[in-house]
Formats: sequence, structure tokens, C-alpha cells
Amino acid sequence: MANIRDELKKRILVLDGAMGTMIQQYKLTEEDFRGERFKNHSCPLKGNNDILSITKPEVIKAIHSKYLAAGADIIETNSFGSTSIAQEDYQLQGAVYDINYACAKIAKEVAEEFTKKTPEKPRFVAGSIGPTTKLASMSPDVNDPGFRNISFDELRIAFKEQAKGLIEGGADLLLVETITDTLNAKAALLAINEIQQELNTNLPVMISGTITDASGRTLSGQTTEAFLISVQHSKPLSIGLNCALGAAALRPYLQVLRNKSNFYVSAHPNAGLPNEMGEYDESPEQMAAQIKVFLDEGLVDIVGGCCGTTPEHIKAIAELVKKYPKN
Amino acid sequence: MSLHPDYKGKYKHKWEHLPHLTLSGLEPLIVTPETNFVNIGERTNVAGSKMFLRLINENKFDEALSVAREQVENGAQIIDINMDDGLIDGKEAMVKFLKLIAAEPDISRVPIMIDSSKWEIIEAGLQNVQGKSVVNSISLKEGEQQFIEQATKILNYGAAVIVMAFDEVGQADSYERRIEICEKSYRILVDKVGFPPQDIIFDPNIFPVATGMEEHRKNALDFFRATRWIRENLPGAHVSGGVSNVSFSFRGNNPVREAMHSAFLYHAINEGMDMGIVNPSMLGVYDDIPKDLLERVEDVLLDRRDDATERLLDFAESVVGSTKEKKKDDEWRSQPLQERITHALVKGNADFIEQDVEKARQIVDKPINVIEQHLMNGMNVVGDLFGSGKMFLPQVVKSARVMKKAVAYLLPFIEEEKLLNPSLSDSNAVGKILLATVKGDVHDIGKNIVGVVLACNNYEVIDLGVMTPLEKIIQIAKDEKVDIIGLSGLITPSLDEMVYVAKEMEKEGMSIPLLIGGATTSKVHTAVKIDQHYTSGQAVYVLDASRSVTVVENLLGEKKNAFIQNVKEEYERLRETYSKRQQTKETISLAEARKNKYQIDWEAHPPQKPNFIGTKTFSEYDLKEISEYIDWTPFFRTWELAGKYPQILEDEIVGNEAKKLFTDAQQMLEQIIAEKWLEAKAVIGIWEANTENDDIIKVYEENNPIGQLYQLRQQSKKATGVPNMSLADFIAPKESGIKDYIGGFAVTAGIGIEKHITRFEADHDDYHAIMLKALADRLAEAFAELMHLKVRKEYWGYAANEVLDNNALIKEKYVGIRPAPGYPACPNHTLKTDLFQLLDATNKTGIELTESLAMYPTAAVSGMYFSHPESKYFGVGKIDKDQVEAYAKANQLDFDIAERWLGSVLSY
Repeated sequence: MANIRDELKKRILVLDGAMGTMIQQYKLTEEDFRGERFKNHSCPLKGNNDILSITKPEVIKAIHSKYLAAGADIIETNSFGSTSIAQEDYQLQGAVYDINYACAKIAKEVAEEFTKKTPEKPRFVAGSIGPTTKLASMSPDVNDPGFRNISFDELRIAFKEQAKGLIEGGADLLLVETITDTLNAKAALLAINEIQQELNTNLPVMISGTITDASGRTLSGQTTEAFLISVQHSKPLSIGLNCALGAAALRPYLQVLRNKSNFYVSAHPNAGLPNEMGEYDESPEQMAAQIKVFLDEGLVDIVGGCCGTTPEHIKAIAELVKKYPKN
Repeated sequence: MSLHPDYKGKYKHKWEHLPHLTLSGLEPLIVTPETNFVNIGERTNVAGSKMFLRLINENKFDEALSVAREQVENGAQIIDINMDDGLIDGKEAMVKFLKLIAAEPDISRVPIMIDSSKWEIIEAGLQNVQGKSVVNSISLKEGEQQFIEQATKILNYGAAVIVMAFDEVGQADSYERRIEICEKSYRILVDKVGFPPQDIIFDPNIFPVATGMEEHRKNALDFFRATRWIRENLPGAHVSGGVSNVSFSFRGNNPVREAMHSAFLYHAINEGMDMGIVNPSMLGVYDDIPKDLLERVEDVLLDRRDDATERLLDFAESVVGSTKEKKKDDEWRSQPLQERITHALVKGNADFIEQDVEKARQIVDKPINVIEQHLMNGMNVVGDLFGSGKMFLPQVVKSARVMKKAVAYLLPFIEEEKLLNPSLSDSNAVGKILLATVKGDVHDIGKNIVGVVLACNNYEVIDLGVMTPLEKIIQIAKDEKVDIIGLSGLITPSLDEMVYVAKEMEKEGMSIPLLIGGATTSKVHTAVKIDQHYTSGQAVYVLDASRSVTVVENLLGEKKNAFIQNVKEEYERLRETYSKRQQTKETISLAEARKNKYQIDWEAHPPQKPNFIGTKTFSEYDLKEISEYIDWTPFFRTWELAGKYPQILEDEIVGNEAKKLFTDAQQMLEQIIAEKWLEAKAVIGIWEANTENDDIIKVYEENNPIGQLYQLRQQSKKATGVPNMSLADFIAPKESGIKDYIGGFAVTAGIGIEKHITRFEADHDDYHAIMLKALADRLAEAFAELMHLKVRKEYWGYAANEVLDNNALIKEKYVGIRPAPGYPACPNHTLKTDLFQLLDATNKTGIELTESLAMYPTAAVSGMYFSHPESKYFGVGKIDKDQVEAYAKANQLDFDIAERWLGSVLSY
């Protein structure tokens, strides 16, 4: 099994793109989402993309394949919302381990196929860990700033369960992403640390925060540098930024991460900002042109796409990245 | 010199290979060797502050938050929070307080120190801070195993740690025990736990001295020496401590305690202590400690005499309460240099800035570095606060004053440096922006505010002032290679002047962006009239000062092309909409419009004969009386604070700032009045008048014509029954045979203003310069209001019995109107020339008219008085060519020139 650290020394790695928009193209029905296993589930499941890893694995595998064929080195598991906290909306807390396990397992199968075909370009599976639907350091009630609808320990336990499924399902690394509240991320990092000790594994961890507006701060108010300082104790493989802004807007904050840390730096921005219709319409070429600036400045080691990106975007990025070997 | 026999001189950091200690709240705190001393706030500690304990006990968390906020405001770089008290649930209180702090960005921006002797409280605390905090503290007190467990957890939670010099035997009370325990703790943390060495902070126990106990004599000295040993021998580790302990035996004698704290810190910092829990209000300046007191304090701290304690005790009795209570406001002065400079900038306090900048200059390589580092760091804080809506324009302008003062102080040094080393680059600015009020216009408050805001954001601003000819704008833009030109203007002729500048820029082949701003400018005007004439570059309309930074950033940044593309598309849309609207809006001929004039039944309400005919001049009018008529709402608008006076003072968002601004304004107003900074002058006139040929108001003196006031008429097609109005309709027509009257006025409250503006500007004090101009404007408007009132009730007397309060006046509840040339009812500025002639206004009031017919001083108002109860304000709107011709003829102007004056109201 190739080591991602060795690959990172040689070249810039490409992360895949969005999952949700790809799934939409399949026009799946409620029955598709339920599949055999959840045929008689108590509430509707349509929209719960993560469950498809169990009920429609061929669709998820096909999407993984498309991204790998486009040139992605790392694919993200379909598990962004697979914590008991987020799955509570679908009353699927009980299935969380299985979902994560399945997410990792099918991604790994596809990745291994591709690695077999091109051993000189090994492919990796990053177990995606999203922020959940609740925030540990912000009150959902403006009139009661001291109130929280989730505690650190509840988060830690939920993340631990998710990480266990991903690791045992075969993920090569874990990606704590779209971090809007650093305290949530710290709970995830602590959970990963705990489960890795229990399972006696040592998977690298990628951390990716989200700058929510032009002020350069996370939703919970931290500057990029403060965010970096708050999570660096976990000694991640990489630290980076994703979502919320388009590539161009990320640049100053990537510079902070590049200059203030010794970790690899990752970026997987959206395909621009949503237009009036809420759609992302930056073309692969437009996005690649902005990523090129990152590459010219040596800002990133891992680069891919978030909302609105497609295999075409990843292909454009992968082609571009080839022109920037590390040695 | 060092107090440790093995070392010499002040401690010098020697662990360059290790990273710095980094902590975070919402913002980072990096502890570098240059940081010197990190000041930890101690007031949010129930064990140390009776007041805080009471607040927590009584569940007054709001007030408890204020204590925390005050500490941060006063410069605490970390806040220590301790809830260890037998009578409160420490864990619950800690968690609750931390959650509340998380919702207060002005507190949670600094890192938190979670202070407890109970592990469960510490862990609960760690689960409620998103930043990298400091645990205070753990130790070997309960053995190595527990120490390792706790340290590992702290590491995994992502915090730094304070380690007390404490083991199973007890608390270290000698030099040897201190270094023994610290070394042992360090080795376990680094070797067994894998703790980053720079994240370890030792507290080698600060104990009281001068207790009378023999064994306490070396308490301070041993601390100093242990500090030195730790810093020299334990790579990367820091030293902290609770300073107020040392003076415990002098409780109640603050002067002595303050002296002890200062002297203790002086020596401890010298030996390498780089953090400490201190109460800044209980801290004097080392150099300010009276020599005799200092000698006795140091005798005790350094254990220099056997009778040191007795001598200090004796002396202490004589100094009880002798030093005055220090003002809380000065606490920030004890902060580190950068903090002081940032504080001064954020608070707009220029009192100490030169002194601090000089200090900074002495420690940097080149004087320019002070601007690039210390001052820009501070201004970045200001920029962040303004950007996030936590500071408002008046505060930013004050910050700029401090900045300018600091830069002015540094300039001679920078020049000197440049002479020595001419290759140095001239400027570190991110862009160069030329600002000018265009030719013929004298209004500059808004432009000055834009300049200040841009300068605050590190742009170099070249301000050409007012009445700037276009040749000068172009020339200087080229010579200085500016990145952007910004044009400002308030009166409508300035709009045309801006068009000329755009055309000239095009002709010159320039391509830099052209910003358009000022009260009469608009996005539509920029799109329709200016943008098209400047195709080699882009004209961009800027709504107000707060937008200027975003626009400039976009224009000079990476997104430039996308931004310009957006602007182009938007302007194209605006042009389309505009031309469609033009097409649908039909005009009628002037002849038809005149036929459809506003009809007044002159018999029903005949004109009232004035009590006075002729002109009357007023000099040195009582400013106090005028000030009672001020309408304050526009004053706040000048400062980009939105809201109606007086409600704005209680506004949730801007209320506080509005209040401060209002207080400052009141204060200056008092000074203006008491010290006669400004002179108010006015001339009013009331004459016989009749309308001729529908649109011309002829003015007579004893039946002899002495002038005319030509009025424009609405020319758009109206619905049936809706008249095409002109001000002339409010004066009886000649053919009616009725004798009517018209009044005129020109008032100013700006005589003598230059001297004071110059004075403020020389002091780089934009805040007060803008304030003075804004107040002068308000006074002029108030003066116009007051004169109108006097005319209605007294000089003309057509409303002798009117009783209206200021609010009703502001709402224009009175009978009759006083339209001003250049405003919608009479948009032709040339009317001013005629009016000034009738009034002999320039001679009588000192108000001059510029070539664009702007009034100078700018704090001036002129207009006409119409008395008929049916007279009202309206907008002339767009006029057609036939009316321009009529206007040109009546005013004996060339058609082209007439067209130019009426440029802003042409329908074609």
C-alpha cells in the first residue's frame, strides 16, 4: 500500500469534487433511497445521500469512478452527514456505523481498481467527516447566548462512531471538513485520536475549515490563523479550506495557512459563488485558471473541488496540476 | 546584571529552533521573544476578586461579562477565569461563563486561561473553548501517573499548560526545590507525554515577602533565580506567576503594594518571566517609584538587609494613601508597546502616540518599520472592526487622526533614512488614489471622509482639495502615477465637470478607474453620462465612504476584471432602463405647459403687504440663538450614521456612537459659540414683484424694475387636472393688477472657518476638521430656518401669530416656502447670480459665488421667500429644448451656455 506522505513529496495531489450534484443527475426516487434494507423505514429518506452507499452502492461507485477517471488521487467517501447527530433528521442514528462502513468500503473498492490499473498513480480514500448540523460554541437561540443544543461530549461520541465505521470500512485517511465551528472540529479530532488508539491505527488526518465571508473568519468567528492554532495539536497531514467561497477568494487565507504552518495545505473550493438561482456556474476552465494562481504561488499540496464541481472540473484541475511536479 | 550567580545580564531567548507559543481566541496570540511580557487578566477570578465572587454568587452573569470585557479593553492579552469557591458549583459556573463569553466577540477574541485546582472543572472548561487556551494548572502533587494522564488530555484537547512547582512532598519553597520539580515535570511532559516544549509554562510559586518570618526572606529572590534557571535550562518553557501574592502582607497599603509589584516584575522580567497574572490598576511604573520607597522595596525583594522588612514596614506607614488614586483610564499605559499603539489607534487617543511611536522607532531597524508594523497592526485592528461593523465612521476618523499624527512624527526620520539610503522604496501603500472636488465646487466633507477611510486601509491618498481644474487632476494623476482617480462634487454643475474630466481622461488615453461620488451624483448619472465618455477605463459610482474601500479593493485586486465586467453590465442595464423611461416619459411644449400652470385665486387670498421693504443685513448674529434651530438628523447622516434625531441616540446599533458624536458636537458647538470661532452673517430682502410672461418674476423697487428671477416650469405631460408648476405661479401675474411681493435671503455661518480648519489640519485632526465643517453647515441651515421664521413673523409678518416648535419647523409646517436655487423647485443655479445682485449678498455677507455658482464659505444657504399659503415645494423634472431657448433669451445667455447650466435637467 502506497503511503500518501510519499506521494505528497513527489507531487500535488488532486481531491475529487462534489457528490450531491452528481447524485441529483440520477434522479433517484424515494424507493431508490430506501432500497431493500430501509423499505419500511418510519420516515422519508429521499435526500439522505449518505444512505445510498448502502441502498444504491452502484450509483456511488459510478460517481467515484468518474472522479478517479478524471484524475483524482483522493476520493472522499459519501459520508459527509453520517453522524448520529445529522442522521437524527432521518431517524437513522442506529445505522450510522453501517453507513460509514459501507461508504468507506465501496470507495476503497473503486480506488483499488484504479490503483491496480495505474500503480504509479496510487489512489486514496479519505473518510469524509462533516461538521454535523449543530454547533458547540454558538447558541441557536439569539435571546439565550449561553444555550447550546449540543455538547462537546455528544459530538465526540458521534464523531467517534463515524470514524470507527470509516476506518474499519477501509478509509486510508480521514478528512474533517467544512469546519464552521472549531469546537466541533476539536471534538472530531479528539474522537479520531481516541478511536485510533483503541483500534491501534494511525491514519493521517486532513483538516479543512470554511471561511464563511469576506471578513476571513469562520462562522464561529475565528481568523484563519486562530483556527490553525486551535487545531494544530492534532498534527494533521494537511490543513486547508473548502466550500463557502470560490477559489479566488480563498487565496489570502491559504497564504496564511502556508506561511504559518508546516503542514501540507489543501484547498477544495466551490465552483465560484452561487448565482442568483443558487447554482454554481464557474466553468472548469474558469476554476482551473484560479487554481493556477495557487499553483504558481506554491500555495497548495492537495487541491480539489467542493459544491458545484464536477468530474470536468476535476479533470481540468488534474491536467493543470500535472504541469507542477514537486521536484 | 542577573540575580542568578551563574548568569549575566538580562535574559536573552536562546531556543530559536523551537516554534513560538501560539494561543488563540477568535484571534491569534503569538508569544515571541520580542513579546517581552504577556499580561493575563486576573479579575474574573472568584478566589481573587470579592466583587466577581459576589456577581457569580448572585447569578449576575451579565455584569460578570462586563468585568471580563473591561479587562480585555484594558489590554489583558489572556483572561484567567477561576470559579473555585466552596459555595458555588464551580463546574457549572465555569461552563456557563465560557459559553456566554463565546457569544461576546470583544471578549472571546483573546485566549482563555482555565484556572482551577479541580480537574473536572478544567476538563469541562476545555470542552467549551474553541480556541487554544491555557490550563492553570497541573502539577506532580498527586503523583506522576495522574500528572501524565492530565497532561495527555490537555494535549489532546489542544491547550497549553501551566505547571506549578509542586510535588507529592509539597509546594516548592526554595530555589533548589523549584528547579528540581520544574525540571522533573518538564522531562515527563516532553519525553513521556510528547508535550510541545513551547506550550509549557512554569509557575515557580510567587510567595509573600516581608511577612516577618525568617524562611520567607528569600521568597522573591528564589523565584527570580528559579525563573532564570528554567529559562536557561528547559528549552522553550515559559515562566508565569500571580504577582499580587508577593505583596500579601501589605494588604490595605496600595502605594506600597504597587511599588512592590512593579519592582518585582522589573526583576522577574529581567530574569525571563514572560507571562504573569497582574492587575494593571495595582501596578506602578518602575521609574516612577520614589527612590526611597524603591530602595526599601528592593531591599526586601532581593533580601539585601537583615532589617529590610522592618524598614519597609516603618516606611509603609508614612506612605499610606499618599499617592493619589490612579485613573482607571490610564491602565492601558502599562501594556506592551504594540498594545498601547493599537489601543491609541482604536480609541482615537492621540495623547501618548508620539511618545509610543518614538519608543517603537528606537527598537526597529528603520523608522518606516514603525508604520509598517506597529501602526499598521493597529490600523488593521481598526479596519477589521470597521469592516465587521463594530466601529463606526466617527471612530475611524479619530483613529486616522492618531495615525496621521504618528506618521507626521516619523516623517522626518524616514526622510533622513531616505537620504542615507536613497534606494529605499517610497511607499508601502497598496495603491495610490487621487481625490479631488471638481472645478467650481467647494464642498469637501464627504471627499475628506473617503480620504480618511482609504488612508486607514493603507492606501496612499493624494487629496487635491476643492475647485480642482481638470488639467491639474490629469497632470498630477500622471506625474504621481496614481492607480485611481476619485471625483467629488455636491452641486449639479459639478456633474458636468465630471463629464469633462472623463472625456479628457479618454482623450489622454488613460485607463485607470474613475470613481464618482458626492451628494448629487448617482449611479444612473454615472452610467448614462460619464461611463460612455470614458471607454478606455472604467467609471464607477461610489455611494458613500464605507463602500469606497470595497470598490477600491476590487478595482486594484485580483477580481478587477470580473468586478469591472459586473459594473459594465450593470451600467448597460441602467442605460437601457433609463432610455426606455425617457421614451415613455412624454414632454409637452413650453407653451402648453404654461397654459397648464398652477392657478391661484388671488382675490380669495390677496398678498399681504410686508412690514418692511428693502434689504436688511445682520452681522455677528448670536450663534447661541441660531443653534437652537439646528436639525440634527442630517448631521448624523454626514457621519454615515443612519437614523432620526433624537431616536438615533438610543439606537441599538449606532446609539452609543451617535451619543459620543453628539457629545463631541455639543462640546465643539459650545466652544464655537463661546470663543466666536465662526461669524454668522445674513442679508434678507423683501421686494414688490409680479410675474411676467408666466415664468419671469420681475422685482421692483417703488415701481422701478431692479431685477428678475426666472423660474423653470415642469414640462412633463401631466394627468388631467394636474398642473405644470413653476415657482412663478406663486407670485401674482402682472395682468392681475394685484401688487405682490417676493423675498430673498443669503445666510452663512462659515465666516472665519478657514483659520480653525487649517489649525486642525495642521494637527492632522480630520475628526475635528470634519466636525467643524459639519457643524458650520448645520448652523447655516439653522440660521436660514431662523431668518425665515423672523421674516414670516416680523419683517414680512404674514404669519405673525405662528407658533411652531423646532420639530414642526423641521417638518416645514409653516406657511410659505423658501426654495433655494440648485434644488428641485428651481434647479437653475444661475438664479443665484440674480438673487445675489438683488441682495448685494457678497458685499453684505462675504459669501462668494464660484464659477460653478457654488457658495463659499460652504456653510451658506440662499433662496427666495414665497408667502402665498398655496406655495409649495415640487420638482421641475426634465425640460425640453424650447424652455432652454426661452431661458437663454430671458437671461441673455448663449444657447450653448444655457444648455450647460441646465445640463442636469435636460430631457434630451
